[in-house]
Amino acid sequence: MNKKKKLSKIPKYIFSVFLFILSVIPFWILAVNATRSSTQIQQGFSMIPSDFLAVNFKILTGQGFSFMQGFSNSLLISTATTFMVLYFSALTAYGLIIYEFKGKKLIYAVIAFVLMIPAQLSLIGFYRMMLNVGLTDSFIPLIIPGMASPVTVFFLRQYLMSSFPVELVQAARIDGASEIGIFHKIALPLMKPGLATMGIFTFVASWNNLIMPLMLINTESKYTLPMMVQLLKADIYQTEYGSIYLGIAMSILPLFLVYLVFSKFIIAGVALGGVKE
Amino acid sequence: MELLSRFKNKNKNKNVSSGGIADYGKYGQMFVAPFIVAFLLFQLYPIVYTVTLSFTDLAGWETELNFVGFKNYINILQNEHFIRAFKNTWLIWTINFIPQLGISLMLAKWFTDNSNRLRGEGIFKAVFYLPNIITAASLAILFRTLFGYPVGPVNQLLLYFDVIQEPFEFFRSKTGTRLIVAFVQFWRWYGSTFIILCAGIMGINPSLFEAAKIDGASDWKIFTNITLPLLKPITLYILITSLVGGMQMFDIPYLLTDGFGAPDNAITTSMVYIYNQAFTGNRNFYMSATASVVILLVIMAISGVIYKVMNRSKSKVGR
Repeated sequence: MNKKKKLSKIPKYIFSVFLFILSVIPFWILAVNATRSSTQIQQGFSMIPSDFLAVNFKILTGQGFSFMQGFSNSLLISTATTFMVLYFSALTAYGLIIYEFKGKKLIYAVIAFVLMIPAQLSLIGFYRMMLNVGLTDSFIPLIIPGMASPVTVFFLRQYLMSSFPVELVQAARIDGASEIGIFHKIALPLMKPGLATMGIFTFVASWNNLIMPLMLINTESKYTLPMMVQLLKADIYQTEYGSIYLGIAMSILPLFLVYLVFSKFIIAGVALGGVKE
Repeated sequence: MELLSRFKNKNKNKNVSSGGIADYGKYGQMFVAPFIVAFLLFQLYPIVYTVTLSFTDLAGWETELNFVGFKNYINILQNEHFIRAFKNTWLIWTINFIPQLGISLMLAKWFTDNSNRLRGEGIFKAVFYLPNIITAASLAILFRTLFGYPVGPVNQLLLYFDVIQEPFEFFRSKTGTRLIVAFVQFWRWYGSTFIILCAGIMGINPSLFEAAKIDGASDWKIFTNITLPLLKPITLYILITSLVGGMQMFDIPYLLTDGFGAPDNAITTSMVYIYNQAFTGNRNFYMSATASVVILLVIMAISGVIYKVMNRSKSKVGR
């Protein structure tokens, strides 16, 4: 019986390993081809790196692919957005948990309602609104709306409810701390694990966002990294396969490294549910 | 803002009646105020404004709103481009979702089965989820290159193994291109679904499995009679989030081919249609706005129905 059970695992392992390879192989081909010359790539398939990385890099940047520009724009936008989302969501969740005031129920109802509405479908209204107030081609509409993130408020509220000792607030008040001081010095540090989980998903979502900057940004020096990537489709790269692969690889590398460090943490976050796109 | 001041006024009355603690209520309002303002400005207003635009004929660089009643709605429901985009979105989502859920369920069973568990759960989860975290825009360009003609790696491999005799032009084939988009969607999301399902199965009370085992139930019986019914709420969550996300599918179909859904609009999804209506050609914002509202209504209706149906059967299981 036991032996039979063990044998039944073999096809399961084979299938799992097949999916494993399927998940990795596009990235492997990408990494390898980024180091091969366009001629080598055209001549045949290979899984072994070559030594044309520097040549490909020269061709890539020679055609005006300013990776660093896109990288720093994306980094600025994603960092600022993440800060906005975390700080104001924490403030809101804390305010909702600690204080009693009229209108709380309405806020909950509105949050629950908006959680159901797919954000992209109001993009046209958002774009026209930004056009009307002259904020297109600016980072502001990509960052400031982070102040209102119902998903994050919802998550942090659950987090506070399950783990925040409310007596601490009373104690701090007796010690004469101000309300906002209590939030900054006591609540925020205690929320760190919850903030970290939401922070990483917010950062990744902001970093990967294509359609918003695509609509709003026109100037090439303001392009985010996902927008830079579409330049690789242009005719100037038509047969420069090596440099196309290198460009894609460079655009993927930052998140790849983030994942390498935080994968356990990220997977734990996914398992919590709630966090999807 | 208006809403906010109304909160404040109401609270003043409350302070009198409930005394002490309620004095702090004004801090609560101050703390949530930035959220409320940003929410009204950047989320609620754009939704209302999108709906408003769907009743106008706003296009190009105009700024005046000229109201036309329900004309756009009548037109769009007969517009073959919109209908095709709508159908494409459903088709591609379905082709990706069915195997995604099936395979994820199977994997989740294998990796949580207490008596006969596969090892290396951690590494498999990490690798299966990897494609989800990587920028979809980059993945679109990557797959565009991998399936390139005539010398993309996929063609080279198929030729090498004699599957085909000459290079195949994937992006000239409607079916081929749709399958590639569906595959990429599947490939990006099955890891996430797998992880969520694992968490769901782990959350089921282990004594239920033990009791069934003592009663002599087979593995398969336990899976279909205990695991699956108890996974319903989580499956509902996966279904709705996937559907809502799928209806907004944009990055992959937009960047995989020419940006308009070539070949022959095979991968023009609703969102690609909405984007192109507003930002190319005549910039028909009214069409984009109307299409957005229609899809929004469809999504809300379907989510509502799924939720109702699943809730009814949930109470039968007695959870």
